[in-house]
Amino acid sequence: MSTHDVQLTVNGASHRVQVESRLLLVHLLRENLRLTGTHIGCDTTHCGACTVLLDGEPVKSCTVLAVQAEGSEITTVEGLEQNGKLHPVQEAFWEKHGLQCGYCTPGMMLTGCALLARDKNPSEAQIREAISGNLCRCTGYSNIVKAIQSAAERLRQQ
Amino acid sequence: MIPAVFDYHAPASVAEAIALLSRFGDSAKVISGGQSLLPLLKLRLGTAEHLVDIGRIPGLEYVREEGGYLRIGGRTREAALERSEIVRTRFPILLDTARVIADPLVRNRATVGGNLAHGDPANDHPATMLALRAIVVAQGPDGERTIPIDRFFTGLFATALAADEILTEIRIPVPPDRSGGAYMKLERKVGDYATAAAAAQVTLDGAGNFAQVGLALTNAAPVPARAAAAEGVLMGKRANDAGIAEAARRAAEAAAPTADRRGTVEYKREMARVLAARALKKAVERAGGR
Repeated sequence: MSTHDVQLTVNGASHRVQVESRLLLVHLLRENLRLTGTHIGCDTTHCGACTVLLDGEPVKSCTVLAVQAEGSEITTVEGLEQNGKLHPVQEAFWEKHGLQCGYCTPGMMLTGCALLARDKNPSEAQIREAISGNLCRCTGYSNIVKAIQSAAERLRQQ
Repeated sequence: MIPAVFDYHAPASVAEAIALLSRFGDSAKVISGGQSLLPLLKLRLGTAEHLVDIGRIPGLEYVREEGGYLRIGGRTREAALERSEIVRTRFPILLDTARVIADPLVRNRATVGGNLAHGDPANDHPATMLALRAIVVAQGPDGERTIPIDRFFTGLFATALAADEILTEIRIPVPPDRSGGAYMKLERKVGDYATAAAAAQVTLDGAGNFAQVGLALTNAAPVPARAAAAEGVLMGKRANDAGIAEAARRAAEAAAPTADRRGTVEYKREMARVLAARALKKAVERAGGR
């Protein structure tokens, strides 16, 4: 078993952590860094509750080794709020009731953020495609789509 | 779930990676995007004493046309394939395929080389690459060699790659004019393996007859292979619905799917027939045949 010094940036802050080679990124975030906003759902690469942005792209952090994230920039749900102000995607999820139990919400919002960073005017079909790797067991998809549409509008007006 | 212990290595070059693989032999596994390997290790369906991560090696991610081939770097992400201009405009069969692999988040990590090297008959690229008659480029201690895709898959989760070889590139012959291809997949939900799927790549001659046909099914046998009998039905013949229907019937007849929660053998064979016909039809349409 090898251990490794991993240097990575999480929500703008630089961290150096010694990890076992088999440690998963989601565990590094939740247990070493105590950022528990990233959830563990299925733990089998299906549900997307553990979604984080790795160098800007949404990935399932239960299926990335912490060592593989060496040198990368990670954004978790805790990193969306800036200076006490919610991110437009967070505001939109709040206002449009884009959550019910809230378990999938961090992943949904991060996937939404990544989509809107690429395209500020996605169609409903493109939104649904983008979130197709994030499951909402409350089946609240209609309002999740509305929230991302509303966030897109906010971002276009900025 | 946490994988059993292993040593992790992140070589900075292909040569360094091959040296590690030569040293560790069968106790090592190459990790590319890790989207198939990590779930296997977590579920403890597989183990590895050493993981050799090719993720730090520069120069393995590209999609470009060169010397009559579309060349895809082994570690090219599925998401990059999906966004590639040349794929979007010239290789719709590859776009069809990339878009139905797992889900968009997985495709941000998963790689084209990994999809093939994993040797899983349920993966989507094998059928497409068989239909396209791709060539796999492998690098090992003795240098580079090329493996025709027809000889690449050797068994269930087994390929022609030696333990100390790395899949570095996939070469797809650029199809001549009047060519087209399509990939059609039936899945229960996004992210699922195919209940059935078919890849078809055709070239028509001036008279509208089939000059070249590639047809392969996904998840239809333990080892991915072209549907040779079905291809033979079409070669040299007029591209019409009757011929396509007969070829699809032959492909389904030769298929050997296994029953699981996705359906019975009969259902899967019937779906394979339907999808083979649809893929062939779409391929002909894209070749300008109708």
